Amino acid sequence: MDGRPESINQLVDHLFRHEVGRMVSRLVRVFGAHRLDLAEDAVQFAMMQALRLWAYKGVPDVPQAWLMRVARNRVLDVLKSERKLHLFADEADVWAGAGIAEPRTASAEELSRSADEVVDERLSLIFACCHPVLPRSASIALTLKVVCGFGVEEIARAFLSTEVAVAQRLVRAKRLIRERGIRFEVPTPEQLPERLDVVLEVLYLFFTEGYAATTGDRLIKDDLCAEAIWLATLLTGNAVTAQPQCHALLALMLFQAARLPARIDTAGDLLLLAEQDRGLWDRSMIDLGLRHLGRAARGDKLTVYHLQAEIAAIHATTEHFTKTNWEQILALYDLLRERQPTLVVLINRAIAVAQVSGPAAGLEALKMIPAEGQLERYPFLHLAEGEFHRRLGHLNEAALCFLRALDFAGTEPERRFIRRRLATVQAGPVAGQPIAVDFGPRESS
Amino acid sequence: MSRFLLLLYQAPTRDGELSPEDIQRIIAKYTAWRDGLVQRNKMRGGEKLTDDGGRLVRVQSGTVTVTDGPYSEVHEVLGGFFVIDALDYNDAVEIARTCPHLAEGQRIEVREVDAMNC
Repeated sequence: MDGRPESINQLVDHLFRHEVGRMVSRLVRVFGAHRLDLAEDAVQFAMMQALRLWAYKGVPDVPQAWLMRVARNRVLDVLKSERKLHLFADEADVWAGAGIAEPRTASAEELSRSADEVVDERLSLIFACCHPVLPRSASIALTLKVVCGFGVEEIARAFLSTEVAVAQRLVRAKRLIRERGIRFEVPTPEQLPERLDVVLEVLYLFFTEGYAATTGDRLIKDDLCAEAIWLATLLTGNAVTAQPQCHALLALMLFQAARLPARIDTAGDLLLLAEQDRGLWDRSMIDLGLRHLGRAARGDKLTVYHLQAEIAAIHATTEHFTKTNWEQILALYDLLRERQPTLVVLINRAIAVAQVSGPAAGLEALKMIPAEGQLERYPFLHLAEGEFHRRLGHLNEAALCFLRALDFAGTEPERRFIRRRLATVQAGPVAGQPIAVDFGPRESS
Repeated sequence: MSRFLLLLYQAPTRDGELSPEDIQRIIAKYTAWRDGLVQRNKMRGGEKLTDDGGRLVRVQSGTVTVTDGPYSEVHEVLGGFFVIDALDYNDAVEIARTCPHLAEGQRIEVREVDAMNC
């Protein structure tokens, strides 16, 4: 069926993970939001049954329909044992209304339901998981578990947390959904602005965590980036949710993701933007990003996602580092600073200042960053400062800054990267490449 | 070519929380193993048995007694079986050796079907 005759019913990559969101959203729609736990358990049950049975019998013709059937029957069995089935006396009608065929006949036709309807169900689930009353950390965990089909252990790995902590967040989130009676539906246009902001924030956090070059497990991080892009794509495909800021966020993620293959060298070391082989950047992703950036320009909104996407677009479409339009990038960082004066934005702005007006101006810009919170402990601040000193020929100051950066570096790849910079000043004056570190849009928190 | 039974025994369910991705990975391993045998025309079928342990029917002191499984002296259950074709025991054992079922605490019993070539 997939054109690979040597293999019988080969499963599509990530099929199980992606089916979770589809199945949970449909079960919740039929049996109610307060049954989220039951829906999740039934989906897990169906997948474990598949594991046991398919090992002996092979993969069925339409694995998605098989899984849905088993999960649905599991829910009915549990309700029967709780003597609550009468609440769903017209369950067959409900089921038919939800477009799910009877278990004995369901097969390919079940899958041919309108794609819009399936997307709506998914979006309803996303909006429930990213409801404003839930703490962000809970929304992140819940969305990854219920919509994206990540396991608890995978979520812990992606966010450098423990399984216990993730499990607690999930329990808390589900309790809040029950207690507050959060509904599983796409918000009305009136509610949309507030609700959409939270969803975008959660997707942005997925992506920045996935993009972070130097911490955690690369495989799971790539999955995280892919999920964020996929969910943003769903949002841009729905008439109500396809707002300009969704297109902007999707464009930003596509530009950044396009650079992933070039960001690390063969030894696993982080490369400067100036050092990256731009031929390795994914052109088709950049083109897609440009299309979404075009759609983001419709309307009069200018969000932080617009500004970041514009900056990323300049890098993505400049064929060589030395041709980068730093004036334009600085202007965008100035606007971004007004809306989102985070440490990362301020440091990146200082780097743009240095590119436009020279390293001394860059140092001045760094000095103006308010000394608060974790500033001193942030390695990239010292790294930027050291780089500006290096270019001014202040090699001793530069070395001191790099050593300070080394003190606060969190991971081995970060330390290796900083040691390489340190070597450039200890070896004597070097013209070298100006710094522009590809740490992505990561937040300082 | 002779016919063999592969009897797959497993410890009573001790599944941790497997993620959907984990589950798919394991299924993919079984599928690859099974497909390999199908392509070499050696797979004759397989069935999964239910998890309840079944019934034991036997004669005790002259009367037939029926007991519900699982049986106290057995710490593992027969989870299912495959019927395969193989040249001889060596060949059958090689096939069993590559089966993803083989993990800590699980075992496969390889038995030849007696064709009684008479």
